[in-house]
Amino acid sequence: MIDWSHTAFTIAVILGSCLTLAGMLIWVERRLLGVWQERYGPNRLGPGGCLQSLADMIKIFTKEDWIPPFADKAVFVITPAIVVITALMSFAVVPIAPSFVVADLNVGVMFFLAMSSLAAYSVIIGGWASNNKFAFLGSLRAIAQLLSYEVFMGISLMGAVLLAGSFNLSDIVEAQRHQWFVIPQFLGFLGFFMAGLAEAHRTPFDMPEAEAELVAGYHSEYSGMKFGMFFVGEYLSILLLSAMTVILFFGGWHGPWLPPMVWFAVKMFGFIALIILIRAAWPRFRFDQLLSFGWKVVMPLALVNLLVTGGVVLWRAG
Amino acid sequence: METLFYIAAAVTLLATLRVITHVHAVHALLYLVVALIALSLIFYLLGAEFAAALEIIIYGGAIMVLFIFVVMLLGPLAVEQERTWLTPGAWVGPSILALVLLGEVGYLIVAGDLPAISIQEPRQKAVSIALFGPYIIGVELASMLLLPGLIGAYHLGRRLSSEAR
Repeated sequence: MIDWSHTAFTIAVILGSCLTLAGMLIWVERRLLGVWQERYGPNRLGPGGCLQSLADMIKIFTKEDWIPPFADKAVFVITPAIVVITALMSFAVVPIAPSFVVADLNVGVMFFLAMSSLAAYSVIIGGWASNNKFAFLGSLRAIAQLLSYEVFMGISLMGAVLLAGSFNLSDIVEAQRHQWFVIPQFLGFLGFFMAGLAEAHRTPFDMPEAEAELVAGYHSEYSGMKFGMFFVGEYLSILLLSAMTVILFFGGWHGPWLPPMVWFAVKMFGFIALIILIRAAWPRFRFDQLLSFGWKVVMPLALVNLLVTGGVVLWRAG
Repeated sequence: METLFYIAAAVTLLATLRVITHVHAVHALLYLVVALIALSLIFYLLGAEFAAALEIIIYGGAIMVLFIFVVMLLGPLAVEQERTWLTPGAWVGPSILALVLLGEVGYLIVAGDLPAISIQEPRQKAVSIALFGPYIIGVELASMLLLPGLIGAYHLGRRLSSEAR
């Protein structure tokens, strides 16, 4: 049956490293942005400023936790938890090394998609419960954006599923022993990565929280640790996006010489850095451009990719 | 496993009850989301993991989001309206219909000749083969139904040229 001690150990390691990494990413992002914008970034606290996240945490914990009187209280309080819970739940199916995974589900890919579609509720309901017009505008944008890009996300990763012949994430990684799926599935990778950025509402797809237009978008009314949860949730979804890209298209833990877990971490960090570089380099889209780009460019490409992949798989099978 | 099933079933029933009795439309829909998630857990416990995942992705993640999107725009006035509509008299019709169903279920349980539910695990492959094999016409009909919807939405949402206005 289930080896409980191994499962508990896996859960502890994954949960612990996810939360620590999500916290540390706050510092990593600010330092990397500093490097690319030719300035220092936070460099005072601890060696290289690496304790900055700790200082931020202390500050955020001691802030007044205020619920606006005009807000819908129950929903307002639940919302920040949804982001973090759905992101952490998704990590349950992420295989970091061979047999180092909490739940080796047969429908791992579907589980990931299900959790990312539930994560949309935090943004939508959070903006609505705040009862603030900027927050509400943010969540209206979020609905259109998340729903559209969820569709491409599913379609563009189906190519990898077809090639591996399984929805199980460990099987998908195992199928990439000799060739990473990014080579036959380059279009799928581009579509997935873009959709993932939109799902995590990162630049250039961060219209739901565009500071220049909407104060802070859907989390304008949140303060203290509730805001902190949204913040940590966003970094968790960056981690998740990097992890899923590595698993689906970049061979997961496979690589020469180094142990599997190290390879996984190295590849994942590469994608985290890429996501931060994108934020440093690109302005955000206009909202109508975002939607028409999604439906008129990414969607057809993803469908063609799926069609061709299916054809090739059938042809090979004879 | 059986305990898990009963917990999930209880959550489903309670959440569904709140969907009907809640005067606040958005809260009612959130309860519906909870009911759908609990239902998906029941599917999973019965061995239909693929259906469980689809339940959350399609119903929980896409359709309910659209429902909430529309209902969110109603504003606070809708709550008062709903309160006036949810009178005790409104319960009579649905209650009678529900009682008929309850009677049927009770009869089936007492009579005891239920067809045994064979829990063979319907893997993704089996589902796909069934969908694109014997039920291919149903799938095609559904997609033909969705296409006019898509075209209609495009027609309603198109940008009018200056002369047409």
